[in-house]
Amino acid sequence: MQDLMPTIWFCVVAVMVAVYVVLDGFDLGAGILHLSIARTDSERRAVLASIGPVWDGNEVWLLAGGGTLYFAFPALYAAGFSGFYLPLMMVLWLLILRGISIEFRNHLDHTVWAPFWDTVFCLASALLAIFFGAALGNVVRGVPLDSSGYFFLPLWTDFTMGREAGILDWYTILIGIAAFLTLAEHGALWVALKTEGPLESRARQAAARFWWFVVGAVFLITIASFRIQPHLGESFRDRPWGYIFPLLAIAGLIVMRSRKALHAFLGSCAYIIGMLTSVVFGVYPLVLPSDGDPALSLTIRNAAAPGYGLEIGLIWFIPGILLAACYFVYTYRSFAGKVRA
Amino acid sequence: MDALTVHRFHFAFTVTFHYLFPQLTMGLALLIVILKTIALRTGNEHYNKAARFWGKVLAINFAMGVVTGIPMEFQFGTNWARFSKAAGGVIGQTLAMEGVFSFFLESSFLGAFLWGEKRLGPKAHWLSAFLVFAGSWLSGFFIIATNAWMQYPSGYRLASNGEILLTNLWQLLLNRWIFWQYLHNMIGSVVTASFVMASIGAFYLLSRTHEAHGRTFVRIGVVAAFLGCCLMLFPTGDQQGKNIAYYQPPTLAGMEGLFHTQAGAPLAILGQPDLEAKKLDNPFTVPNALSFLTYRRWKAEVKGLTDFPRAWWPDNIPLLYYSYHIMVGLGTIFIAVMAVAAYLLWRGKLYGSRPMLWVLMLALPFPYIATTAGWMTAELGRQPWLIYGILRTAEGSSARVSAGNGLFTLIGFMGIYGVLAILFLFLVHREIEHGPEA
Repeated sequence: MQDLMPTIWFCVVAVMVAVYVVLDGFDLGAGILHLSIARTDSERRAVLASIGPVWDGNEVWLLAGGGTLYFAFPALYAAGFSGFYLPLMMVLWLLILRGISIEFRNHLDHTVWAPFWDTVFCLASALLAIFFGAALGNVVRGVPLDSSGYFFLPLWTDFTMGREAGILDWYTILIGIAAFLTLAEHGALWVALKTEGPLESRARQAAARFWWFVVGAVFLITIASFRIQPHLGESFRDRPWGYIFPLLAIAGLIVMRSRKALHAFLGSCAYIIGMLTSVVFGVYPLVLPSDGDPALSLTIRNAAAPGYGLEIGLIWFIPGILLAACYFVYTYRSFAGKVRA
Repeated sequence: MDALTVHRFHFAFTVTFHYLFPQLTMGLALLIVILKTIALRTGNEHYNKAARFWGKVLAINFAMGVVTGIPMEFQFGTNWARFSKAAGGVIGQTLAMEGVFSFFLESSFLGAFLWGEKRLGPKAHWLSAFLVFAGSWLSGFFIIATNAWMQYPSGYRLASNGEILLTNLWQLLLNRWIFWQYLHNMIGSVVTASFVMASIGAFYLLSRTHEAHGRTFVRIGVVAAFLGCCLMLFPTGDQQGKNIAYYQPPTLAGMEGLFHTQAGAPLAILGQPDLEAKKLDNPFTVPNALSFLTYRRWKAEVKGLTDFPRAWWPDNIPLLYYSYHIMVGLGTIFIAVMAVAAYLLWRGKLYGSRPMLWVLMLALPFPYIATTAGWMTAELGRQPWLIYGILRTAEGSSARVSAGNGLFTLIGFMGIYGVLAILFLFLVHREIEHGPEA
């Protein structure tokens, strides 16, 4: 029973991260495809209009999820954020560039101004997708935690998983590419849902083409992940009910082929949620595995804040997040339908 | 530079730059609610136009505040890992509450306020403006709660392993420190916003464009700034000073440049603290005033720095002293300027008084300087502690992040924020040039 509170908050953080990836994921995906599927100024305005009123709120899930992680698992927040110092700082810079490129692009109607911000938007979105994927890869692979519960990883060493690992090795890059493909697909389905005309049909074509790459990537990362992190296999063997998560991802992949734009997009949401929940189910009860001595791993037990804070936290968190859900329903309902640039 | 200095400068630089934007948006959100309320009551489209104009300025500032705000939360973990590990169970609560209760609210209704006027109708649009105001002021509350806990820790217990355990959420959220610090900070934000409004209004009147709006901006700006400046001094500034006197007495001595304990302590108006000789050079003081302001007795004893162990002295006393004196000095000048402006407004002479309009226009940067100096006073005054009396700043930084890696990202932030500053000035300048009729 002493694991109950940490487990609840583990699930809360996992759900918040999944919601973040689903929501901001289509903003990033739209950014990745921005230059290639939107060719004219009015098409690019349409892509931006399809995320304009929601991207900021979507990003709040990252902040709120980060804050929740902070108070529920302070030791994980401290170790993870300082250990992944350089890539996290780069993520911050990219989030800044992505945000201002969306907000400032349409302030000026000029042939030099707009294409510049379009390019910044595209590059920042693409790199963010890869970085987020690589971060997830690091959590699965494990990091060299020391006996004080900290680590520090350089960006890369020799791209192998030897003694002197870096944040980027062949496995984390593979996950980064898979994340890039997944979010590009997700963004294409969103743009297809929200726009019309040639832009919509180009988004549909991109989604249809990317789907095969996504399936290939899922196949590769599944094999690689189970090989390099044996704990994943043990989790599924010990608690077979967990297979519902990968099944959700597979069902999502199938529904993504639907001709109906809304169904396809929801399929993509299910696929992303299924993939992320499979990972956290497989990693649980670890929150940050050690790549050496398993005793040094951070778990829900040794990383969680003590009881009172977690219990009182539930009392304000539940009404707070329900309220936030109401705002989101309101925002997305008032933003329903196709956008006009 | 050693790693600790890099981490301190990293946070100081990013937070100082960040707070240039929320200090305007929180106060401006209130002024926009006032404009929208007048518009709703009178049905006068003039005030809706004014609200729309300030909405555009708000939007640019808000975007800047959002993108520079995210690094603040991250830095607790990246640069201050040992602090986060020890205190995350406490201050993580307030930071998570900020995300859940205010950011979702703000981000949802800012869009409705900026783009939804036609669709929503006047009442719902007023409500969206009000909710943006409420969200931003709630956000301010949770951040002040976090800082207030670091200044005046309460509702906690120390565990044997050095971890700090939350024992009472209400003491974390409601205590005597947070109350005055919150009011002082939020009214400071109203002062900044009203100075900016009056300044742009004065600029329009002086350049004889958008004069009807210029008069509105000057009128609302001057009245709000005058009220705000008075409240900054009394009771909020006064009470905050008392809190420091009682709970951080070495900080008070450092702020005032008081080296030796004395009855009837003087208030230093000017002078340079000399740490070697332990005295104030070139002092210009008001006798007994510090004793009176602190304890309401002219002959009360105020403790000087030499009565405290050196390990409790703030580690940069000259900078603390100057920050505090710049804040108080500017605050005093603000009251005088706005009193004259308010008098001229009352006599119906302000709009034609070009010298006064020049003063109002040129006053724009000074509330930003005063606010920044005020925060420097709070943060330098808390040193050498990160959590007052519990955790020293030197024990809170990330042990595994080297000075070299920290400097790399500090330089990166300086570059990006330099570009952001130029973009910001350029875009705001364009909005002011287009004016409220555009």
